Amino acid sequence: MHTSRVAASSSIIQHKKYSTEPHFSKYGGRTTVTALSGDGVGPELLSYVQEIFRYAGVPVDFEELEINGSTTDEETLCSALLSVQRNGIALKGNIESKFDEPGFKSMNVELRTQLELFASIVWCKSIPGVYTRHQGLDIILIRENTEGEYSNLEYQIVPGCIENLKIITEAKSTKIAKYAFEFAKTHGRKKVTAIHKANIMKLGDGLFLESCRKVASQYPDIEFNDMIVDNASMQMVSKPQQFDVLVMPNLYGNILSNITAGLVGGYGVVSGMNIGDDYAVFEMGTRSSGRSLKGKNIANPTGMLLASCDMLDYIGCNKHAELIRDSVMKVMSVDKVQTPDLGGQATTLEVIQAIIEDIKPKTTSWSTTAAQNVSIDAFLFNFKVTIVNSTLESCMRRPIEMAKRWQTFKE
Amino acid sequence: TPVKGPDGNFRLPPKIFDSMDRTKVGLKGPLATPIGKGHQSLNLALRKAFNLYANVRPCKSIEGYKTPYNDVDLVTIRENTEGEYSGIEHVIVDGVVQSIKKITEEASMRVAEYAFAYARDNNRDTVTAVHKANIMKMTDGLFLKCCRHVAEQNKDIKFKEMYLDTVCLNMVQDPTQFDVLVMPNLYGDILSDLCAGLIGGLGVTPSGNIGQDGAIFESVHGTAPDIAGEDKANPTALLLSAVMMLRYMGLSPYAQRIEMACFDVIREGRVLTGDLGGSSKCSEFTEEICRKVRESE
Repeated sequence: MHTSRVAASSSIIQHKKYSTEPHFSKYGGRTTVTALSGDGVGPELLSYVQEIFRYAGVPVDFEELEINGSTTDEETLCSALLSVQRNGIALKGNIESKFDEPGFKSMNVELRTQLELFASIVWCKSIPGVYTRHQGLDIILIRENTEGEYSNLEYQIVPGCIENLKIITEAKSTKIAKYAFEFAKTHGRKKVTAIHKANIMKLGDGLFLESCRKVASQYPDIEFNDMIVDNASMQMVSKPQQFDVLVMPNLYGNILSNITAGLVGGYGVVSGMNIGDDYAVFEMGTRSSGRSLKGKNIANPTGMLLASCDMLDYIGCNKHAELIRDSVMKVMSVDKVQTPDLGGQATTLEVIQAIIEDIKPKTTSWSTTAAQNVSIDAFLFNFKVTIVNSTLESCMRRPIEMAKRWQTFKE
Repeated sequence: TPVKGPDGNFRLPPKIFDSMDRTKVGLKGPLATPIGKGHQSLNLALRKAFNLYANVRPCKSIEGYKTPYNDVDLVTIRENTEGEYSGIEHVIVDGVVQSIKKITEEASMRVAEYAFAYARDNNRDTVTAVHKANIMKMTDGLFLKCCRHVAEQNKDIKFKEMYLDTVCLNMVQDPTQFDVLVMPNLYGDILSDLCAGLIGGLGVTPSGNIGQDGAIFESVHGTAPDIAGEDKANPTALLLSAVMMLRYMGLSPYAQRIEMACFDVIREGRVLTGDLGGSSKCSEFTEEICRKVRESE
């Protein structure tokens, strides 16, 4: 099971060859990643990710930015955008939408459109040890991420009558279709299905479908078919095994991703990635902020951890990604330490502790050659930066831990 | 079937209008719509012509027809005349198309009021408004405002609001948490089909389109041209829609008997059509239901 996620990593690396080479902020062998806190359980889950990265010795530093439903001014958005543009890569919690407030603009949508993250990929795979009604699922959902219904163009014609413009362009439809087919080809997937409602929206979704068909003709080895979105929803809950790769416009992607995520275990086990030509942002697949779970210590951290592993693959830290992913999967599927959303009794902290306990022996047994590849400067830099960034509690723990690692390094 | 009018556009045959004016109630089979081109959907045209503003689809698990989901008992009420299905589209420049989604206060209020009235008449205790106002602030915001307004006037019924994606996520994990759902056109289309999938598909799901001056009840499955005329089709959907129609017309005792007979036959599992897992013909299935109805007198 984890091998296919490694295959996912190779597709992310392949992506670098497919489009312009993305850049990362890398100093002394360590990459800087923007961490956008978000609302709800976002901040706590991001802090757990950082904790686990420390234990796994991941050469990543986080540039933390607080951006949530209460900080919706232009300045915060600008600094978030600048940070992601500088670092090239981000890990994100979902930002709550206070849509009742006048002048509201969805920060999540703004980030995606401004950074031109044209593709959203959610990979839903059945997980052993997680009870679900349907088994044997392995569905990749690729969704156009910047136009369609999310164009944010609304106006009032007369009081009591409002219109919203859904924009579909040939350029973006072709781009996402091409991405989907390339993704399918890289992973040896056999079928791509386009989801649409072209019987009703003949011009709009008709254009999307036509663009997909044109791209499909360039990939004769991959089967292509199309399905109307309501039929697709119905088929997804009755016979989901028939789906392989799905490509769709923005809103249908939102709906189907959430349906499929629910089928494999819910918000807690699915990771998502937003890929653009120059930047990538990783988040939970269902983009939920988990408002109701905040502070209760029952949120499932798996989704965010898997997203962070995808991010590590993207920047080339495959060993670390595999290490953490294996531990996460083992704790969830084999040890069955599961949070209530999966039917278990564990708290978030218990899951994190279990993962850390699983990671510890693996990192202390790492060979000295690996340690030698890290320069002394980088090591001390890491030490200084993590001291600055960590909480008092971690500081107490760190000297002992750092001493152990320095010992391993010296040997 | 569509007929070609004097201006070259396909439209509904004029006989329908005369008939509906007289009877005010209709029962309809499936109608096909071409994809990406061709004439406008006639299903939509019917709804617009008779102002059928609410589409009601009760989804209840059928005993005897096993699906991975048990104890589903919810109703989806969908605004039927506007929203994304306004049919207004333009090509701005080559390669750029805009589709217009229209939401009006009048239509939203109408469907919200219907939803609460339905909930009250059918002893349902919660109405959930499904929306995406975080993305479409003005349009879905207006819809939500209307629902909230009607909820204020119907305090005896619980009111919740939930994002569309959250509803989808929760629906496939635990559909028992939902009762009555009210939503604009597109979300309603997708969610009602999703719920139909939970109970066994469009072959067993009834549906009604309610308007101010009348109602049309229909089966919502496709036209299935591949089995047309072969006595293989499953009549359950149309039959249950007819049962809904009888209830609408106030003929509840008859509705009850026919519904009981239909569910009994499915539960017994001896005489079932192909899609329900049996090998009987459509006529045999129908005959069995008729027999049960006669027996229950």
